[in-house]
Parts: sequence; C-alpha cells; structure tokens
Amino acid sequence: MTAFFQNLGMSYEWAWFVSTICGILLIALPLMLAVAMIIYVDRKIWAAMALRRGPNVVGPFGLLQSFADGLKVFLQETIVPSAANKGLFLIAPIVTFTLALLSWAVIPFNSGAILANINIGLLYILAISSLGVYGTIMAGWASNSKYPFFSAMRASAQMISYEVSIGFILICVVLWAGTFNMNDIVWAQKGHVFGIINGFVANPLLFPMWVMFLISSLAETQRAPFDLAEAESELVAGYQTEYSSMAFAAYWLGEYANVLLMCALNATLFWGGWLPPLDIPVLYLVPGFVWFLLKIFFFFFVFSWIKATVPRYRYDQLMRLGWKVFLPVSLLFVVLVSGYLMATGHFQ
Amino acid sequence: MIQTFAFYLFAVLTIASAAATILSRNPVHSVLFLILAFFNAAGLMMLTGAEFIAMLLIIVYVGAVAVLFLFVVMMLDIDFAELRAGFIKNFPLGMLVAVVLLAEMVLGIGAYKAGALNLGTPDGTAATPVGASNIEAIGGLMYSRYLFLFEAAGLILLVAMVGAIVLTHRQRGDTRGQKVSKQIARRPEEATVNVKPEVGKGVSL
Repeated sequence: MTAFFQNLGMSYEWAWFVSTICGILLIALPLMLAVAMIIYVDRKIWAAMALRRGPNVVGPFGLLQSFADGLKVFLQETIVPSAANKGLFLIAPIVTFTLALLSWAVIPFNSGAILANINIGLLYILAISSLGVYGTIMAGWASNSKYPFFSAMRASAQMISYEVSIGFILICVVLWAGTFNMNDIVWAQKGHVFGIINGFVANPLLFPMWVMFLISSLAETQRAPFDLAEAESELVAGYQTEYSSMAFAAYWLGEYANVLLMCALNATLFWGGWLPPLDIPVLYLVPGFVWFLLKIFFFFFVFSWIKATVPRYRYDQLMRLGWKVFLPVSLLFVVLVSGYLMATGHFQ
Repeated sequence: MIQTFAFYLFAVLTIASAAATILSRNPVHSVLFLILAFFNAAGLMMLTGAEFIAMLLIIVYVGAVAVLFLFVVMMLDIDFAELRAGFIKNFPLGMLVAVVLLAEMVLGIGAYKAGALNLGTPDGTAATPVGASNIEAIGGLMYSRYLFLFEAAGLILLVAMVGAIVLTHRQRGDTRGQKVSKQIARRPEEATVNVKPEVGKGVSL
C-alpha cells in the first residue's frame, strides 16, 4: 500500500505514514462493526439454544439491536463514583479497549494482507495479551468498591495462570512452523498432513494442543464456563460494576474484540488461517479472507455454543485445571514435539 | 525522521514516568508509572533492533512481575507518609546508594566506549548478526556458547521456586480437597440406593 501512495507523488515517509493510518482504519472500523454484529449473533445463538426468539424488534430480524444499544449507552451520563480514583477509573476502559485493538496488527487476513508483518508476531500477541490484565486491575482498584476489586483479582489471577500454558502451547506451534511470523506460520500449514489438509490441527501431536488452546482462550477472554470475573450471582457484574455510559461500552467492545481475536488466533495457528481447509486448487478460487472470516465465525459459534450449554466452573477448579492439568500436559507436549522434530530431522 | 521522533517520545516518557514513580504520593500510582517506564524502555530497545528483548521485557516484567507487585501494593495498607518521615535519617544511606549507582554508570559507559566486551558498536547500533533474526541469533548463542550458564540460571530459578513453595505451603488438617478422578469413577449404582418405604413409615438414612 505504501507503493500506491508513493505513486500519488508522496515522499516515502509520508506514504508509509498515510498507508499505515489507512491500514489501521481498514482493520479497526470493520472490527467495530463486526463486534456490534457478533454481539447480536451471540444473543441470537443463545436464544436459539434456549428456545427463545432473541432480539427481534429493532430493524429487520433485530439486526440493528446492537446499534440501538450503542446509541442508548452513548447518550447516557458518565457517572464517576465520588470515592473512585478518577484518573485511573477513566483510563482503565481506554486501556482495555486499546489493547483489544492492538493485537490485530499482526493477524494475517490474506496472503500478505497484514498490517505489521514482523518477525516476532506471535511474541507481540503474547505481550499485548499479558498487558490486558491492567485494564481489569485498574478498573477494580480505581472503583474503590469491594465487588469490582474481588472480580479484578479473580480475573487477573486467571489470565496470568492461563497465559503460562498458552505460552507452552504456542511454543509447540512455533517449533513446528519454525518461525514467529504469523504469515509464515500460516504458510507452514499448507498441505501439512498427507499434503492435503491445511492446518496443524490434523496433526496428532498438535491436536491436543489445539483443544487446550481453545479451552485456554475461553479462560483468557473470561467467557463461560470461566466467566468467574463477572459471576453475576456473586459479584454483581464484576470489575465493570461501577461503570456507566461509554466507559462501560468500551469494556463491552474490548471484551468482544478479544473474543474475536482468540477465534482468529485459533484459526491462524491451528486451522490454516486464510488457507482453505483442503489443499485442492479449486478451493483457492475463493479469496483467502473469506476462508479466514468463515473460520473466525465458526469459532465464534463454538464460543457461544459453549456459553449456552456449559455451567460455570468453580474458582478452585479453574485454577486446578490451569496449573495441575494444562501446565504439565503442555510442558510434556513441548518435549514430545521437539523430540519428534529432532528425531525426524525437521530442523536440518 | 520517524525514528528520531519515536526515540525522543520513548526517552522522554521513560524518564518522566521514572521520575513520577518516585514522586507520586499514591503507591499504586507509583507502580503504574513504573510499568509505564518498563513499557517505554521496551520501546527504546525496539528502536535499537533488540526486538526479542523488548518483547520479553513486556511479557515477563510488565505482564507478570509488575502485576504481582501491583497486587502486593494494592493489598497492603502501607502508610507512605510515615515512611517518608524518616527522610533525614536515611539520607546518608540514600546518598551512598546514589554514589554507587553513579560510579557503576560511569564505569559501564567507560567500558562500553572502550569496546572491550564487544557488546555492541560505540555509535549505538546493536551488533546483530546479519541475515539472522534476533531470536535465531540469541538461540544460537544461548544453546551453544552459553549453554552451561543458561542451564545454571535455570537451575537457580528452579531452586528459588521450590524454596518459595516450601516456605509458603502449609498443611491444614481441616480442608477437604476435591479428588476429580474419584468423582469421575463414581457410578450411579454406588451413589444411590432405591428404597421403597411402606406408606406411613419413614426412611432411615
């Protein structure tokens, strides 16, 4: 895209600047639209599974429900509790929202369609997701209220715990792909199994890793059955209890943007990203981003399906699963995968 | 142009947030400013081409260490006004620490200018091997030339971890842990019993 702006007669630096801004807008604006629509889809799926109708009043089939909600929230008054720490209270949702958008910079939407094609793409995602804790802790602490603080502590302990095993799972993927570059990880999955299936997921050594990654991504985004941070029967509404208006909406948008990011990561790291599921020439006629969006949507459906059907975990069970099951198993698989790759001479 | 701008942005923010760390009255604000300083230091490392170290700084220090630090500060009710009261008393010790730090800085810069340790080039550019990414270069060195030191560091950390667990772990007699395997192995036949009580007679359990 930089070359396009250079052809318009700009110097390289300006062309780079303008094309980066355009790239950011090209990702962020559709993402916000996708978040609005995905909230609607989420509610429709839960409703269907609970034999209800779901939102069906605003617009055709209730399609405009999320926008109506957004407008309502936008027109509300921003209330800052008098006992709150005002600066942090207002910065916290901004941090959450910004971090939710940041990771999308390294997600490849198609071959080469990536905002920042950096060599450390996966590490960048790990770094940004490890920052995500701060939006939550700051909100919980700055609210100066008991329930949000409890919730913030739960959420951050949960996120830190599951990041450990996510790190080991990603190491398995990186070992096999031989790179941290997201685009190259997708290319490494081309014809991975028998030269026909695109995706690490069909690999017997990596399939258990994907199952664990899916569960860990549920825990990382605090979706059901791990939504202990906003267990409404115990903690009112979690760390966002004291928030209103756009600050509340920022949390809501950030949360769903994170869910979509985790769906995109599942698709990119294990299901072949923008590659079609099978390595058959006919399937390449469909553009890559269509496959990618289909995969994201499939994983989002799985996320809603789980939310609609599975009861909530207890907190000690959650911690047990993270530290006593996922951590040893993922460590074992790092040994297994690297041992297999060394034995078969993958690194030569 | 953009590099210069980014450098001054990160540098100014690092120094400003480091100053704010020691100047702010609220300890939680101090920790958050410290995190901002870490973050901007990572940005500076990114500018020198040490992208792997920058990411590790964020993942390890910002993502894990500082979170625990923040937890402790939030939970403990420290009266910092009281701690500050001993300023005159602790002043000589503080000066000593400052002098040591200054001496270390001067020595460090001197050694770096002399180029004896071959850490990088004196004009500030990092000495990254050409044609290899950061991760490959570090991995190649760490698992060949510095393998022993690397494993020794790992062992020391392991010992520290075991020590921390031993120190904090305590056996309480009154807790009943969940045994998941036992729960899963339970069948309906052993857990339930079908009694057919006669009308008007109760059931003894």
